[in-house]
Amino acid sequence: MLFNEPSPLETKVLSRRFGLPNSQSVETFVANEGFAAFRKAVAMTPEAIIDEVKKSNLRGRGGAGFPTGMKWSFVPRNNPKPKYIVVNADESEPGTCKDRLLIQNDPLQLVEGMMIAALVVGAKCGYIYIRGEYRYLIDIMDRAIADAYAKGWLGKNIQGTGFDFDVFTHTGAGAYECGEESALLESLEGKRGVPRIRPPFPAVAGLYRCPTVLNNVETFASVPSILLMGGEAWANLGTPRNGGTRLFCISGHVNKPGVYELPMGFNLMRMIEEVAGGMKGGRKLKAVIPGGSSCPILKAEECDIAMDFDALKAVNSMAGSGGVVVMDETTDMVKVALRIMRFYQHESCGWCIPCREGTLWLKKILTRVEGGMGQRNDAALLHELANNMLGRTFCPLGDAAAMPTISIVEKFRDEFEEYIRRSPMANVAAEESELAVGA
Amino acid sequence: MADPVKLTIDGIAVEAAPGTLLIEVAREMGKEIPAFCYYEGLTQVAACRMCLVEIDGMPKLMTACTQPVGEGMVVRTETPKLAEARKGTLEFLLTNHPLDCPVCDKGGECELQDMVFRYGAAESRYVEIKHHHEEQQWSPVVYFDPARCILCYRCVRVCSEGMGVNALGIVQRGAYAEIAPNHTDHLNCDECGACIDICPVGALTSDSYRYQTRPWEMNHVGTVCTHCSNGCKTTLGVRNDQILRGNNRDRSGINGEFLCVKGRYAFDFNESDERLTTPMIRKGGKLEPASWSDAIRFVAGKFKQVADAGRRIGVVGSARTTNEENYYLQKFARQVLGTQSIDHQRSGDVVTLLDALAGRQNALATVEDLYQSKAVLVIGTDLAQQHPLLHWQIRANWRHHGAHTYSVTAGPVREDQHTVGAVRAAEGQEIAALEQLRAQLAAEAELAIVFGDSVKGDAVRQLVAFGDSLGIPVKYVCLVDYVNSRGALDMGLTPELEPGYRAAADRGMTLPQMLADEHLAALWVVNADPLRDGALAAKDAFVVVQDLFLTATAQRADVVLPSASLYEKQGTVTNVCGEVQRLKKAAQTMGAKADLEIIGLIAKEMGAAAKMGPWMADKVFTEVQQVVAGYNVPLPVLATGGAAQTAPPSAKIGVETDPALIRSARDTLFTSGTLGSYSRKLDSLLESPGSLYQGEDALALTAQ
Repeated sequence: MLFNEPSPLETKVLSRRFGLPNSQSVETFVANEGFAAFRKAVAMTPEAIIDEVKKSNLRGRGGAGFPTGMKWSFVPRNNPKPKYIVVNADESEPGTCKDRLLIQNDPLQLVEGMMIAALVVGAKCGYIYIRGEYRYLIDIMDRAIADAYAKGWLGKNIQGTGFDFDVFTHTGAGAYECGEESALLESLEGKRGVPRIRPPFPAVAGLYRCPTVLNNVETFASVPSILLMGGEAWANLGTPRNGGTRLFCISGHVNKPGVYELPMGFNLMRMIEEVAGGMKGGRKLKAVIPGGSSCPILKAEECDIAMDFDALKAVNSMAGSGGVVVMDETTDMVKVALRIMRFYQHESCGWCIPCREGTLWLKKILTRVEGGMGQRNDAALLHELANNMLGRTFCPLGDAAAMPTISIVEKFRDEFEEYIRRSPMANVAAEESELAVGA
Repeated sequence: MADPVKLTIDGIAVEAAPGTLLIEVAREMGKEIPAFCYYEGLTQVAACRMCLVEIDGMPKLMTACTQPVGEGMVVRTETPKLAEARKGTLEFLLTNHPLDCPVCDKGGECELQDMVFRYGAAESRYVEIKHHHEEQQWSPVVYFDPARCILCYRCVRVCSEGMGVNALGIVQRGAYAEIAPNHTDHLNCDECGACIDICPVGALTSDSYRYQTRPWEMNHVGTVCTHCSNGCKTTLGVRNDQILRGNNRDRSGINGEFLCVKGRYAFDFNESDERLTTPMIRKGGKLEPASWSDAIRFVAGKFKQVADAGRRIGVVGSARTTNEENYYLQKFARQVLGTQSIDHQRSGDVVTLLDALAGRQNALATVEDLYQSKAVLVIGTDLAQQHPLLHWQIRANWRHHGAHTYSVTAGPVREDQHTVGAVRAAEGQEIAALEQLRAQLAAEAELAIVFGDSVKGDAVRQLVAFGDSLGIPVKYVCLVDYVNSRGALDMGLTPELEPGYRAAADRGMTLPQMLADEHLAALWVVNADPLRDGALAAKDAFVVVQDLFLTATAQRADVVLPSASLYEKQGTVTNVCGEVQRLKKAAQTMGAKADLEIIGLIAKEMGAAAKMGPWMADKVFTEVQQVVAGYNVPLPVLATGGAAQTAPPSAKIGVETDPALIRSARDTLFTSGTLGSYSRKLDSLLESPGSLYQGEDALALTAQ
């Protein structure tokens, strides 16, 4: 159940069991190193486990890239409240489709990662919050969980270790916002999916205001191999401070789009040319969104770059969730900006003013420009309005909408100006427009 | 307390308790950090992004409404960068705002308007089509105009957190997110209107005020609500002697911003077409209009005749006239008419409580105590229905201080939402049921007990004995019905007790005895309606009634004298906790006179003016302060709109009162005795389907 043929350039760690016959079953899992890391973890102290995870330089795969070991160390283990493990499987960043493969092909690897986290913080219960659109994955996950219970890998006194752990799946209802960790927790608690004020962070006050380990699917799924290989060896797969491998989701104008497991820091041009089979129809590369639609866009000449958190940050973009969207020379960047803004406008939860009103306004301007009714200063207005959102919203969704817009307008301004030149309103500026409403 | 944190705000060094929010510290310093969603006392939402400030060392702008103070923190609240940010946010807000300020109720006192004047752009750059939502009516009093809404969630929070009603929520998302009522298209709630008052813009408007006037056209008069005994401060918006709005916009007084449906809307009885505006004298079996001088002369003549003949006169006082009027009335009855037969409808056994607590300090709780006490016990009453302010206080105490709430009631009450010990006991069985809570209560540090009219007579003494046996400081509130029910008792409107709970030398008749007395020669009823559900045995008795309306008693009267309402008077009233507050005259109805003046005019006509003293509220109150034990309260407190609690008598009262005389009217949120029945707004709520609690929501009152 893969999107694509594997590439020989891949480093298969998390995806090593993908494609094995019956790979979702406990039998296949256990026969292929499954739960070996858990067995190892049972014999370790929580500090030792955290230490290995820290050494691995594993950074959150959901997009923020926060060091996982450090995040786990923030959980107050002596707190008398129950602790929870929550998996963010609300994969909804456009361009990203890796978590579904991890659940579809190797659901128990995720469960094992959760169990190890539970050992660390003393949790007895975990939830997997799966986006509503991934209906079929919930069934797969539930079957795998039932199988694990039946074989004694979940429930009370797991395999005689004295460790109890229960896992439940929970479905989202189609809101991108619920991929934001605190909104996810609200939704999981049965409330409206809007973000919480942080601090306190989930590590201290998460699900039901109890200490909670909340990570992305891929982050949890990475943990068993870290314990099996040793943190240092795992870290060495990647680049300094960016340990291990990650699943890159390459889409767009390439010959072999798909999900490929590559070491952190893999060169983007190589990724396009060698892993994904080069540009479709031999056309020229124009731009790449390197880590899901919220990341500032890279122009072709910026694409000779290592795909890790630090290198991309250095060029004012982000590694994000690993969704690499490749665009060739035929791509209309105004349409790209509009498509992205339509998504964020649709998904804005409405909690705070700049995001709620800003995304709608930006969408309306982009729609108007794209529809041939652009006004003289629209490009500047888009840039300014997006900047007015940036850093001022309640949660990162506002930034996620603003950053690509800013970068597209900055880097492809001529395309906007070309649209506006062809508009009958080309000589009108917003504040002079007869359409301007009120004061 | 932990050591204060030192920080710098706009170059000024300040200290604040750890955990204090920057916006609060700035406010203390007199700096207003702009905010829509921040509201003192409600949870934080940080949604409006207006209160952003710059903090040294923090890369992003921070919200002052969520940021606690930190040691050495350097904060700037007004910089060009912040002005730009606020301007940008306001520009976003206005994109889909209708900008209909010229017709909006809120125009002139709108926080969005103020903010745009301060930070906003003069010109709009928004050329897109605004999305519009139709205005909705959610209840007889609540309208919602979604287009004006800025989604600050104040209404949602005040309804769920403050009131415990949870009638408002949010539907849809993003730019289409909207506040929505709990029953899809209408509200099933207390109709308190807190959501309307707390709305910073004109999104929520009230039926009684919308499109009536502009805020600057009104006088804003701070007085006391005339309905229940809680004695909420209310600010009446008055234009041309017409009351157009009731709120407490300055959040002053014992109630802060709290008001219930009556305080906010039920002032409309004052404008009722049925208000009496001319005296009437019965001629040929019919009440005919008469001049004031004729009516007064007629009454005085009759009174003199009856008194001189030594025949029996009964006087019925009111729970909704001022202390001055009550004092003056009983003085007139006792000293001029020579009768001890003076009474009023009693609604709580304050007398037995004061007797049981005689000589104690700090044994009577104030409204503020219910917000501060570490534990509160509610007995035999549904506060949310009958004493909404007390319910609000107790709930706020739980919200802000984690106070423990206990209840002993016949049915479910709203305190159950946060109770730590709820016992169900039939009426009259409450004291026995208390034993179930003894261990829990004894473990509390202190306790405030609020009890209703089912606890009276011996039960009150048993309750105080129970309180004493807990071994912790206990304070009490004996619930009474109306705005000056407590003051009527204090002023001696009973045959057995003179002002200040001094035993009367000889006792006259009680109210039921007067009604039953076939030989009663005259009955004088001041703002009461004893014949609504009673009959007068003396067929030939001369009956004088002072009232706002032609009540059942007034219809039987020989002379009817139109009274001014409490909104049209000077004077003081005493609330359920014994706190005295001063009224301010807000309006006047042509033809009606204040009861104090009416009594004074009758006295003058009878040649007793010198004996009675001038009928000026301030002068009478001076006498009350000297004569009535406990009423020597500080005048500056009253003069500045404050509430001063009266001291209980220092010695045993030593007079047994008949518990059978005590009967609460058990008004609900939507009824309020005589006045309530003339409020069209309350009427419309009663008749409006969905505006009353149904099924599961039915509260203890109906369960009883």
